[in-house]
Amino acid sequence: MPEERIIGIDLGTTNSLVAYMESDQPVVIPGVDGSNLVPSIVVLDPVAPDAPISARSVTVGNSARRALIENPERAVYSVKRLMGRGLEDVQEELKLFPFRLAEDIQPGEVLRIRLGEMQFTPSEISAYILRQLKRNAERYFGAEVKKAVITVPAYFNDAQRQATRDAGRMAGLDVLRLVNEPTAAALAYGLDRAKEGIVAVYDLGGGTFDISILKLNDGIFEVIATNGDTHLGGDDIDNLLLAVALDEINSDHGIDLRQQPDAIQALRKAVIEAKIALSSEPVAKLDIELPDGDRYQREIPREVYEQLIQPVIERTAGPTRQALADAGMTPDKIEEVVLVGGSTRIPAVRALVDQLFQLTARGKQPHTELNPDEVVALGAAVQASILAGSSTTTEELLLLDVTPLSLGIEALGGVVARIIQRNSTIPASATEHFTTGVDGQTNVAIHVLQGERELASDCRSLARFDLKGIPPMQAGLPRIEVKFLIDANGILKVSAREQRSGTESQIEVKPTYGLTDEQVETMILDSFDNAETDFEARQLIEARLEADNILDKVQKAEYNPAWKLLTSHEIAQIAAAVAHLTATKSGSDLALIRAAVTQLDHATRNLAEKMMEAAVSGAMRGKTMQTASDDLDRTAGPEIHAPHPFAKAEFDDSTKIEPESKEEPEPGKSPEEDQK
Amino acid sequence: MSTNATTSDPAACWACSAALGLSPLLCAACGKVQPSAGIDYYRVFGLDRSFLLETSPLEREFHRLSRKLHPDRFARAAAQEQAWSLAATALLNDAYRTLRDPIQRTEYLLKLSGLKIGEENAGKSKSADRQPPADLLEEVFELNIQLEEMRMNRKMGEDDPMLQADLTAARAKFETLLAEVDSDLSAEGAEWDAGDPAVRERSANAMAALLDRRRYLRNLVRDVNEVLTNV
Repeated sequence: MPEERIIGIDLGTTNSLVAYMESDQPVVIPGVDGSNLVPSIVVLDPVAPDAPISARSVTVGNSARRALIENPERAVYSVKRLMGRGLEDVQEELKLFPFRLAEDIQPGEVLRIRLGEMQFTPSEISAYILRQLKRNAERYFGAEVKKAVITVPAYFNDAQRQATRDAGRMAGLDVLRLVNEPTAAALAYGLDRAKEGIVAVYDLGGGTFDISILKLNDGIFEVIATNGDTHLGGDDIDNLLLAVALDEINSDHGIDLRQQPDAIQALRKAVIEAKIALSSEPVAKLDIELPDGDRYQREIPREVYEQLIQPVIERTAGPTRQALADAGMTPDKIEEVVLVGGSTRIPAVRALVDQLFQLTARGKQPHTELNPDEVVALGAAVQASILAGSSTTTEELLLLDVTPLSLGIEALGGVVARIIQRNSTIPASATEHFTTGVDGQTNVAIHVLQGERELASDCRSLARFDLKGIPPMQAGLPRIEVKFLIDANGILKVSAREQRSGTESQIEVKPTYGLTDEQVETMILDSFDNAETDFEARQLIEARLEADNILDKVQKAEYNPAWKLLTSHEIAQIAAAVAHLTATKSGSDLALIRAAVTQLDHATRNLAEKMMEAAVSGAMRGKTMQTASDDLDRTAGPEIHAPHPFAKAEFDDSTKIEPESKEEPEPGKSPEEDQK
Repeated sequence: MSTNATTSDPAACWACSAALGLSPLLCAACGKVQPSAGIDYYRVFGLDRSFLLETSPLEREFHRLSRKLHPDRFARAAAQEQAWSLAATALLNDAYRTLRDPIQRTEYLLKLSGLKIGEENAGKSKSADRQPPADLLEEVFELNIQLEEMRMNRKMGEDDPMLQADLTAARAKFETLLAEVDSDLSAEGAEWDAGDPAVRERSANAMAALLDRRRYLRNLVRDVNEVLTNV
């Protein structure tokens, strides 16, 4: 039913996407700028110091990139790495990424990220990204969207899943299902080909690695085993290349760029470009102007590059072999391999996959027909359609996924008693019985863990809770039945009952790194009042805000040095687009305002690129950019192991990532296209 | 644990009052999902209790029921039906996971028959697994010494091909014993399936003992594997 639209969202480390099932094909919904990928970057827009809190606004995606260079202390990217994590989990991340955390975070508390003068939890940051995707979808449909399916790495634990679901709620979305990314990819591939047999999905993205083995049978996608590493991806390759470049600059030119965050940012952009080039070229060049005016010039032959990144890529082999073993399979039993995630464009990764699954030897090739950046979102749209029951294409499809990690409870002596094994099909449940150890005891404490290790201290603590209200009895007499249930999202639910007295015990589940319902409630981005206003009116208001926003930026850009680099033709075009938008925006024709915004956005694209380049080269010379001095203070201690404590965002130019011949599904009509 | 006879089942569909019969999770008449409390794993599949079970019909039935019961099918249903779907699918998945594996199935059925199985208290007390079977006492004693020696060698970085060969041979032997236990288990299972109550009691006890022996052997093989692969 079109009025109950459910969208599919890929909330990625580097890029996020929203997709929808258009009759019998999933399509990615583009943003205002026409791009399918929304970079997962969030910037808190600068406000006057005396502005009220309600005046705060954020920018997300491509338009946030500019601010990322100009106001790095107000920007954040790769926030997915922090989802559902505690302070002690993220020490390694802090060395490699420029996350600025609040200083007063206690162990066991949800993280807070500083952006300018404010602080946000990772779920709130993700909520801003989700809200942007929701708005893109609403623009596309011209109708409100309230329901979504969101993908997560298969190897995400309970806390990471809960944090993702919380983010959806904060963004005003009813998250009907969390789907594992590799499984979503399998759905996208399985759609048009009633496949049977055993399939492996190898998903190496920007920050996470997943491997899933599935059995396809008459529309049922049954996951047999899954494994992975939630801290392994293209980021690690970037960090490695950056470390090498920094070392060479230091030894050849005697310049230590490690203390110059903005220079590192520019260098990071260069190595990412080199990485992308090396997927298709035999050699890539680095050519960077250094602060002393000298140049750092370096050729990287693919051989050298591949040797360098081999250890990173090799880290996917262990989880892959484990998944095969858990599935009770040998590589030759895998009939098809699907490649997902931008990092699978790297030839060395493909070579490893070939070797792991003996593909060439068996005369097979991996599946790469769908754009690896988009396939997960497309699969999410398929799952959304399954839930909506809206398409005959999907009504016979069913996904049976598994829990990636074993669930256990802490027993005497700090060992873990496993109650649900990893790779159990979800929903899955287990019932355990507990009793008291002391006469008259009315509480029993239970510690729930996730992980494969023997000792509780080596596993991930999910929650501690008290069974309360046990009727006072002799020790050992109460019999409390506790039911643990992992739902279809991979999230744990617990219920308990005292059997002798028949009383339902109260359970207070305190998530170890999660937000309580009350906390989530306070973080919902749009107030309810707002949600109830007329949808059309809201769209108009948003379109006008969008218009004001871009007009303001263009006006300021006239004082930017990059303005002087424009041709007179370009300037005339911009002026015409500005005049048109200014005239249109006070009217109430939504489509017209949007078309005018898009027109101005197109007219200023070259300007934006020039401004970005100017900012980057300025940063390299250490002149113009204001530096994040707080970062310096935080990481300048004696114990820096990281190659580059201040690595900034990826400025990967998305047009370069995508291969020339994109085999993406025909995108649906958007209002802008009608205007062309 | 007591047998399951204590819980009364709702014999009729809550929605259309049709008798549920062999399909307790799903009304055959109107297709509505049913509350699943008190239904054992065999009844989930409409099966009689038995030790021997063919797995491919089981898989087919698992898929058929999944299509009908899965929460994906209830995304737009009333909250109560969503909750029943979740509980019923969890039960279906637990049942399939248990019944398709011969060992888990045996343990489950013995438990249903009222026998205490060692693994029930897994994690809480592992002492039962540490009692070597009487006929293997000597070999286990010998093996443990060799394992200790091997661990020491590893620590010192020494290599002892003789010892390695001995351990590899021991592993092969215990694996053979494991296979024997498995075939004894199926033989006992077949007797139980076909037998009268007296035969069933005897064979159930025999299977419980075989499971203990099996658990012990498995732990041994695991220990040897650990030492042999941990280079």
